[in-house]
Amino acid sequence: MITKRIIPCLDVRDGRVVKGVNFEGLKDVSSPVTLAEYYSSCGADELVFYDITASSDGRKLFTDILRETASRVFIPLTVGGGINTVEDFDRVLKCGADKVSVNSGAIKNPSLVLEAAKLYGDQCVVLSVDVKRVDGSFRVFAKGGREDTGIEAISWIKKCVSNGAGEIVVNSIDTDGVKGGFDLEMLGAVCDAVSVPVIASGGAGKTEDFITLFNALPKVDAGLAASIFHFGEVKIKELKEEMAKANIPVRR
Amino acid sequence: MIAIVDYGVGNLFSLKSSFSSIGAEVTVTGHKAEIEKADKIILPGVGAFEDAAKKLLQSGLGEAVINEARKGKPIMGICLGMQLLFDKSYEYGEHNGLGLIPGTVRPISDVIPKDLKIPHIGWNALDFKKDSPINKYINNGDFVYFVHSFYAADCENYTVSTAEYGTELTASVQNKNVFGCQFHPEKSGDVGLKILKAFSELEGDLC
Repeated sequence: MITKRIIPCLDVRDGRVVKGVNFEGLKDVSSPVTLAEYYSSCGADELVFYDITASSDGRKLFTDILRETASRVFIPLTVGGGINTVEDFDRVLKCGADKVSVNSGAIKNPSLVLEAAKLYGDQCVVLSVDVKRVDGSFRVFAKGGREDTGIEAISWIKKCVSNGAGEIVVNSIDTDGVKGGFDLEMLGAVCDAVSVPVIASGGAGKTEDFITLFNALPKVDAGLAASIFHFGEVKIKELKEEMAKANIPVRR
Repeated sequence: MIAIVDYGVGNLFSLKSSFSSIGAEVTVTGHKAEIEKADKIILPGVGAFEDAAKKLLQSGLGEAVINEARKGKPIMGICLGMQLLFDKSYEYGEHNGLGLIPGTVRPISDVIPKDLKIPHIGWNALDFKKDSPINKYINNGDFVYFVHSFYAADCENYTVSTAEYGTELTASVQNKNVFGCQFHPEKSGDVGLKILKAFSELEGDLC
């Protein structure tokens, strides 16, 4: 049986992990390579590297880091941030990324998902979408969640899936950072609308939030989080033990 | 030296790195001579069967792989590379493979319950069906990473392991010196590296 995936997300700027990281025994906690190796050894099922670099120098650093990570860490690696063209796909795939996540790039250029899926296959294209409730409906936000695009989220996700998006990362702006649990209502609506894997993001604060997620929404395939893993508030090894105890299929 | 056959599909960086990390000597090559010279051959592959089979055969590299396989050289196909080892595939039409393992490649959608997602993507447990030297360092029930929408069928006699996904999907195969993994050992953490290590250490007569 396929297992539920636990995915730590690393924000990288100018070659360093941005959010403060606090681990005992790790010397260079802001090195993406070190952190990736650490997570892989703890049982992370996959890693997401999110490039939040603005400069071209930083971008070069990012691909160097990516290459180094892919030569040392042998679990699936998804890369996002600044993916606007198929050339951007090519750039990160050559450095060892397995999947590429598009967000604002797909909003700016709606044919990007279609073009990339044709070239690299559906399994390679991950649609990441920042969603917030506005006037009672789910709305897509752009620019890191700062700008309301006016696009209705569920129809947007369905459209991207029909264009070839092979997985959806749903990040709820409403629950992000609150640490009160995942946005079950929003995730449920997405799961009902599409048949590709759905990755939940935004809101996890503790181990039980993951258990609640997978129990309430068996169609959700993975849980993604950043700072709670970085700060050790949730330890992946213990999380997976708890999931197994709750009869949630998990790789150990 | 292990030769990873580069026939123009997919990125081979991770695959090459995974062999390097276990200390195996490895080269990525699109040259017949290097494939003939190598001790072992890896046939990778992602994307569509028809396109990959065409590229492999038109480049002449497919013929080289077949010839080396017949000489008894250990060969391992990975993901689509495994599917290419079979007689034929029914992925959007009917296309011939290399014919090194008897069997066919068919859509997963034919055999799994409707409520399961396609592709079969993620970590799944291996269920050993018979002994194989590639399982030397791993255990029944170990997890590996899959991404595929088609599967190898009609190959019971060659099936080394399966994975449960509404039905039993072929996970790894062996026909004498010809091996295949439907999953990605280069993305399956320590378990995957152990499979590659076992393959890289193969020696003697497998036929």
